[in-house]
Amino acid sequence: MSSSLRSGRAARRQAGSPGEPRLVGYLYVAPALVVFTLFLLVPLGYAVQLSFFEWDGLGLGTWVGLDNYVAVFTDPELRAPFRHALVLVCFFSLLPVALGLVLAALMMRSPIRGAGFFRTVVFLPQVVALTVVAVVWRQIYAPEGPLNDALRAIGLDGLARGWLGDPDWVLVAIGLVGAWVGTGLCMVLFLAGLSKVGRELYEAARLDGAGLVREFWSISVPAVRGELAVALTLTMVAALRTFDLVYVMTGGGPGDASRVPAYEVYDRAILEGEVGTGITVALVLTAVILCATWLVNRIAVDEDGDAG
Amino acid sequence: MNPSRTRRLLGVGLAAALLSATVACAPGEKGGEGTETQPDAVKTDISDVGDVTLTVWDQEVRGGQAKQIQQLNKGFMEKYPNVTIARTKRSFTDLQRTLRNAITSDEAPDVVQANNGRSDMGAFVENGLLQSLDGYAKAYGWDERFPAPVRSLASYSGDGAVFGEGNLYGLPQVGEVVGLWYNKAKLKKLKLEVPTTTADFEAAAKAAAAADELPIQFGNLDGWPGIHEFGFVQNQFVPRDDIRNLGFGQKGASWTSEQNKEAAGTFSKWVDAGYFTPDFNGVGYDPAWQAFAKGEGVFLVAGTWLQANLADAMGDNVGFALPPVGTTGEAAVTGGTGLPFAITDASKHADVAAAYIDYITSKQAMTMIQDAGNLPVVDGDRSKSQGVAADVLDAWTTAGQDNALVPYLDYATPDFSDLLTAQVQKLGNGSVSDDEFLSALEKEYSDFTSGS
Repeated sequence: MSSSLRSGRAARRQAGSPGEPRLVGYLYVAPALVVFTLFLLVPLGYAVQLSFFEWDGLGLGTWVGLDNYVAVFTDPELRAPFRHALVLVCFFSLLPVALGLVLAALMMRSPIRGAGFFRTVVFLPQVVALTVVAVVWRQIYAPEGPLNDALRAIGLDGLARGWLGDPDWVLVAIGLVGAWVGTGLCMVLFLAGLSKVGRELYEAARLDGAGLVREFWSISVPAVRGELAVALTLTMVAALRTFDLVYVMTGGGPGDASRVPAYEVYDRAILEGEVGTGITVALVLTAVILCATWLVNRIAVDEDGDAG
Repeated sequence: MNPSRTRRLLGVGLAAALLSATVACAPGEKGGEGTETQPDAVKTDISDVGDVTLTVWDQEVRGGQAKQIQQLNKGFMEKYPNVTIARTKRSFTDLQRTLRNAITSDEAPDVVQANNGRSDMGAFVENGLLQSLDGYAKAYGWDERFPAPVRSLASYSGDGAVFGEGNLYGLPQVGEVVGLWYNKAKLKKLKLEVPTTTADFEAAAKAAAAADELPIQFGNLDGWPGIHEFGFVQNQFVPRDDIRNLGFGQKGASWTSEQNKEAAGTFSKWVDAGYFTPDFNGVGYDPAWQAFAKGEGVFLVAGTWLQANLADAMGDNVGFALPPVGTTGEAAVTGGTGLPFAITDASKHADVAAAYIDYITSKQAMTMIQDAGNLPVVDGDRSKSQGVAADVLDAWTTAGQDNALVPYLDYATPDFSDLLTAQVQKLGNGSVSDDEFLSALEKEYSDFTSGS
C-alpha cells in the first residue's frame, strides 16, 4: 500500500516538467483567490460594465459604448480635475520626498538631543485623520486667520489673501497641507533606510574630504533608493486620489479651480445621478495610478540594477 | 503550444466573455409604476387595516426637529395601535446619498423625505418610484391647507420632466425663506431704518461702509451661499414669474434678459464697492454667520434656518425682513420648504403612509413644530411668537399672501447647482464678467429647456 502510494507520487512528479508547480497549490491559494475575486475583481468588472452605460442609478441604464471615455478625454470639465491632480502630485509627493530626504540625512549625520521628540512631531500629521487636518487648515487659511495675521505682522500685507478663495493659490494651499502631512512619513521611511548604512562609510567619505552635500548624493541617496520608490508610490497614490482635503476645504471651488478626479467621481455618481460618467472617471483614475506606480518602480529598479 | 501562450489565450477569452456579458445586460431595472390612488379609493380611517409596520426614512435629527418628530411618531402610534413606525433617521447628506439605493431595493421604505430638486425627487418621479398624492390631497384637503407655491415645490409632471406643476408628490413640515438679517444696534447707530427698497438698502450699505462698518457679512468658501446671495439681488430686479421659470427649469425666461443683467451688474457693483466681507470666497459659511452674530456686519443674507442660532447669540438685537423691493415693484423672496415627506411606489400601505403624512402635517403638528422653535409651513400662530421668531413668521406669512415665494435657482437642472456655485464664485472674484456669468447660465438653462 505504502509503496504503491510512493510510486504513484513519484510518477505524478515526473508527469509535469521539473519546477512546474503542482496543481494542488491552487487549492492552497483558493480561499484568498475567492475573496480577491468576490471583493475586488467582481466589483471592478461591474464598474467596467457601468462605464459603458448612461445610468442615473435608479432606472434602466442606456448603452452608450465608449462615450463616457471619450468625454473624460475631451470634455474640459472632466480633463481639468486630472490636471489639478498632477499639480497636487508635486506637493503631495515630490516636495515631501525631497524634504523627508534632507531631514533624514541631517538627523542621521549629527545625532541631536531630543531627536525622538522631533521625529514624533514631524510624523504627527500622519496620525491625525485627514478631515480633522482639513478643518484646522481651513481656519488657518481664512482671510482673518493665523496665516494672514502672521504675514501682516511681519509686514507682508501684500501677500495676505483668502487663500482658499483665490483661484491661483487654492491648489498651492491644499498642496502645502498635503506636503505637511506627507513629509513625516517620508522622513521615517528614509531614516529606516539610512540606519542600514554603516557609519564607517560616512567616516571613509569624510576622510576622503567629502562634504555634507557630497555625502548626501553619494551615500545617503543611493542607500535609500528602495525606500524612495516606496515613498514615491505611497505619496503619489495619495495625491492622485485626494478627496477628503478638497471636500472639506473647498468643495472644488472657487469656481472649478480645485476639483480633483475623486471629487468628480463623488459629485457625478452620487450627487448628480451620472453614475456612468462618475465610474468612468474612477476607472481612468485607477489606470493613471497604476501607470504612475509602475513607472516609479520601473525607474527605481532600472537605476539600481536589482529590485531596489 | 507552450503553457504561457495557453494561459494568455485563456485570459483573452475570459476578458472577451466578460465584455460580451457587459454588453448584454444593462444595469438597473425598469422603475416602478408611479401609482396614483384615486380620491374615491382613498381610505382615511386606517384603524381597521390590521397590523402594519410603516418604515419611515427621515432626516429630522437636529434639536427641535428631532423632538417634534419623536412626539408625533409616538402620538400616531397611540392613535392607531395597529400601526408600528420603524424609523430610520439620517443626517441630510447621508439621507441624500443612501436614498437612491434604498428606494430601488426590494425592501424600500414606505415614507421617505426626498429633496425637492430634479436630481432627487425629480429623478424618483421620472422612474416611477414615488406615488402621486393627488388623490390623498383631495381626500385630506391638503390642496386647500397648503398654498400653491408650497405645493408647487413638491410637484412634478408624471414623467418627472416638468418641475413646479403637475402631480403632488410630497408634503413638508417647515418653511424657509432667504431674507435679510439685520443688527438692530448698528442700524440705530447709523440712524437707519430697516430698508424696504433697493434704494434704501444701497443707501444703508453706503452709510455703513462710510462709518467703517462691514455692510453685508458674506462667506462663500462653501460655494452654495453664493446661490442665495445672488438670488437676494436677483429678487429685487427680475420679475418673480421669470425667476420661477428659471428656477424650475421651465421655458419662457432668459438669464440674459435686461433685468438679469441689472442684477448681475448690481452684484458686481456691491463687490467692487466693498459691501461684502473682504475675500468672501475664502470665508466659510459658518464663520460668516458666527461673525455676524458677534457683531461684525450690519446685514446678513441667509435663510430662516439660522433663527435659533442667531437669536441665541444676539437676543433682541437681531431682526429679520424680506428682501427689499427693487425695480420690479413686487416683493420676491427665495425660499422653499423643508424636505417633503413622500410615499414610495413600492409601499404596500399607501393609505397608512398617507394618514401618517397627514398626521405629521396637521394643525396640531404645526403647533408642536412652532413650539420646538421651527417655522411651520402652514398654520403658524402669530400670538405665540415674539422677538425675531415673530419677524420670521411674519415674513413667511407675507411671502405666502403676496405670492412672493420663488424657488431656489439651483433646482433648474441637475447640473445647475454646481454651475451656479462656481459661477457666483467667479463673478465674485472678477474672473468672469457679468455677461460671461449670465451667458454660461443661459446656455445650461436653454440647453435644458429646449431638451438637448
